[in-house]
Amino acid sequence: MLTVTRDLLKYDGRFRVAFVFLVIIVIMALLTVVSPYDPKKTFMVPQDLPPSLEHPFGTNSRGQDLFWWMAFAVRNSLMLGIICAIVSRIIAIFVGMVAGYRGGVIDRILMSINDSFVVLPVLPILILLSFLLRGKMSLWMLGVLLGLFGWPWDGRLIRSQVLSLKERAFTRTAVYSGTTPLLITMREHLPFVLPVVFATTINNLLWSIGMEVTLSVLGLSDVTLPTIGTAIYWANQHQALVAGVWWWLGAPILIAVLLFLGLYLLFSSVNEFIDPRTRLRRIGA
Amino acid sequence: MSLLKMEDVRAYYRTEVYGISRSVRAVDGVSMELHKNEIYGVAGESSCGKTTLIKVISGTVKPPLRIESGSIHYNFGAFQMDMRKIDAEEMRQNVRWKEISYVMQGSMSVLNPVRKIIRSFEDIVGTHQGIPDKKAFQEQMRGHVMKLGLPPDVLNLYPHQLSGGMRQRVAIALATVFNPSLIIADEPTTALDVVVQRGVLHMLKDIQAESANTVLLVTHDLAVHANVADRVGIMYAGRIVEEGPTQVIFQAPRHPYTEHLINSLPMIGDKTVKKSLGGAPPNLADPPSGCRFHPRCPLAMDRCRTETPEMIMLSERHRVACHLVEEGRA
Amino acid sequence: MSANEKLLDVDHVTVSFHIGNFLAGGQLVAVNDVTFALYAGKPEIYSIAGESGSGKTTLANVLLHDLEPTEGKVTFEGRDLSTIKSRRDFMKFMSQVQPVFQNPFETFSPLRRVEEYLIETAIQFGRAKNRRDAAKVADEALHQVGLSLAEVSRRYPHELSGGQIQRVSVARALIPNPRLILADEPVSMVDASLRMAIVNLFKKLRDEQKVSVIYITHDLATAYYISDRIAIMLRGVVVESGPVENVLGNPLHPYTQLLQESVPKPAASEREQWAQHIELGSTEVREYGRLGCKYAGRCPHVMDVCKTEVPPEQEVEGRTLRCFLYHDGAMPETAVSVQTGNLETA
Repeated sequence: MLTVTRDLLKYDGRFRVAFVFLVIIVIMALLTVVSPYDPKKTFMVPQDLPPSLEHPFGTNSRGQDLFWWMAFAVRNSLMLGIICAIVSRIIAIFVGMVAGYRGGVIDRILMSINDSFVVLPVLPILILLSFLLRGKMSLWMLGVLLGLFGWPWDGRLIRSQVLSLKERAFTRTAVYSGTTPLLITMREHLPFVLPVVFATTINNLLWSIGMEVTLSVLGLSDVTLPTIGTAIYWANQHQALVAGVWWWLGAPILIAVLLFLGLYLLFSSVNEFIDPRTRLRRIGA
Repeated sequence: MSLLKMEDVRAYYRTEVYGISRSVRAVDGVSMELHKNEIYGVAGESSCGKTTLIKVISGTVKPPLRIESGSIHYNFGAFQMDMRKIDAEEMRQNVRWKEISYVMQGSMSVLNPVRKIIRSFEDIVGTHQGIPDKKAFQEQMRGHVMKLGLPPDVLNLYPHQLSGGMRQRVAIALATVFNPSLIIADEPTTALDVVVQRGVLHMLKDIQAESANTVLLVTHDLAVHANVADRVGIMYAGRIVEEGPTQVIFQAPRHPYTEHLINSLPMIGDKTVKKSLGGAPPNLADPPSGCRFHPRCPLAMDRCRTETPEMIMLSERHRVACHLVEEGRA
Repeated sequence: MSANEKLLDVDHVTVSFHIGNFLAGGQLVAVNDVTFALYAGKPEIYSIAGESGSGKTTLANVLLHDLEPTEGKVTFEGRDLSTIKSRRDFMKFMSQVQPVFQNPFETFSPLRRVEEYLIETAIQFGRAKNRRDAAKVADEALHQVGLSLAEVSRRYPHELSGGQIQRVSVARALIPNPRLILADEPVSMVDASLRMAIVNLFKKLRDEQKVSVIYITHDLATAYYISDRIAIMLRGVVVESGPVENVLGNPLHPYTQLLQESVPKPAASEREQWAQHIELGSTEVREYGRLGCKYAGRCPHVMDVCKTEVPPEQEVEGRTLRCFLYHDGAMPETAVSVQTGNLETA
């Protein structure tokens, strides 16, 4: 892993930029451990102060230091993305690999379920659910829910990969080497599936965080919880732009741009790196 | 009369990715001449550089492939040119398919699977010449295809409706539509059955005999060369190691590699033990020093490890690059 | 098993597939009433030769217990393959019958080191209990094929030549100590200069390790070189089979004659025969569906009976033949004998 990172840093400009952006994001998230302010409390500092050395992102109309508040927001948004990613990867890998390798009836049942989920309109359902839960949707709950909706695309993708891997001669070699079907899936097929999974995970992160922002801006999630989306929600509630408190909107937007761009550039450079065609050119000179 | 003359051509693939730079020396000092009205066979195994040789000869040199040095002269009757000075547009208009065409290993790469065969003909002719009258063109194509011994209604079928052998013959018909001076056939029958291979090769020979043009046949199958080629050039690791008339190569090969290839050919009716060669074809990114065959040559001398052998003319048409031959030891 | 018992008994095996869809389709008979046997006491190399679409790969898959025959029975070491259902029985079968595949660069996963397969085979078939012992077993097997563990250790498939990988593939197949190896076109994708090494290896396996080999190929020249017996397949039917000197040296079936003549030969004396022009048909699928003899569409000696009835198997001049020309002891003038190839007789 370390050599891979080192190689990418040295030779790929996109990766360098992505690395910088994402390191900033992660450091911000980690800084929450030492935050002097509790994000749930309001009116702790003077309101509407523009960015300064004491308050790098300024303060908002609710008397909160935006820098530390955004640190929590970043942490929460990242956690949400990660929870969703984990839940959806596990389901996608399970469904994809079982359906692909077993085929037959099991495949058809799993794919019917898969396709049903694909056609579900996620946003309206989430809006409906959040109305029903009346703003009590916690971060964990939202993460798991998004995970339950975020797996079908990748499930099919993984399944088609496994289907083609099954036909390849080395799968037969493994069979005649005495390897059990489960071990074949793990030893022979997973190494092909994982790079695809990694690439789609980044996509998934982008999707889930974006969903969260959408829901929060509409005020449908737990608005006392700091996330990138709720930051924008509160700024809108207090008509930040009209009041001239531009840094209240600027901060989450800046963070969002860093995060999304960072993830996208990471996706792009890693994708090229793991592409089997460039892999061969990389093996020793 | 020389149709094409190559002098000391070097063509390398240079790749640089993630800090690892590599130079694959696929064609490394090849000089050869193609005459008019002949079938020239290039024999060699995988990774001997024959595919790159074809790219160089046909002028399809794109990065990461680069011609590092050497000259290539075309002499197609009407015009003579230094290949390195032709620009891409002129290549497309005047040379490609009109003077030089190719038949490749997988005919499906030439025939569009979702269009009828006649459309592939229209595409190719249209790009190079334009088709003013479609009906007349279709009649012309029917005539062309029939002359080659194919049923004319083949033009109205889709590629998947034809057998592999028929597709390959259609690919040859496509390649001869402008009656080019040079037809390059790259392993045209490798994937085909032995009976079909016979038919396809006969067709190629008949075309060559009738239009008196030149065919460059590239295949690793020496038995095919014995029955089809007039002259054979043996390629090893980016270089030509021996070249001569077919009879001479098969009856009196001088280079140890050629000798080995011919002696190890299995034949029906012959159960005598054939020996195999040790080692493996070299990696063109890091080829052996001196004579590239020396690690596998049973007769290698010290000189072979350090000095690259020069081509020696054994007779007017037979040449070989080997120190043993030069010193009269083989 | 006693010497006269059959190691492998293929008894009237037929494999047919349903092609097309629900509304319009038919049966494709890929393997049509094939019968032959290999004997326990006499390790041999048995070639199954034919063009693409002849059914030889389908037959190989049946023999590897990867496909069930539609009709007929395959018995290995006395056990009917269709009774092998449990994992344990299948493991036992695989320890006796091992494959070698055609494409060396697909036989092993490009993302794994080739030695892993050798080690896994050794452990999974009980020839070693841990990695260290398995490495020793792997090294032994590699020595049998002219390689060593040191040479291939830590290497990925693309770092080895096609010839080397095929040898590793054979080594892997040897680890469980099989009685039979099924090699499906093992040298068609290997370079000419390395081919004989693999082909000679099969001879060595038969002579020294007493392993029988079923060698599936379309290359008649190498088939002649190593086989004891050969079966020629056309559209699923074995048209001629027997000792290779008889079948290829003196082919009687018109199709075998055509095949034999169409192999390009380096010897100058035989080039004239190859240069004679032939007719090529435009579609192959129709031949599968023929009633009667599959070759009737192209045979220069075709008779009316050939188009409607399937020629029965008969013993003629030391081989088994399916051809009405030789029915009831007839020996037509068409029997062609082959000059043995010798480059010196120019």
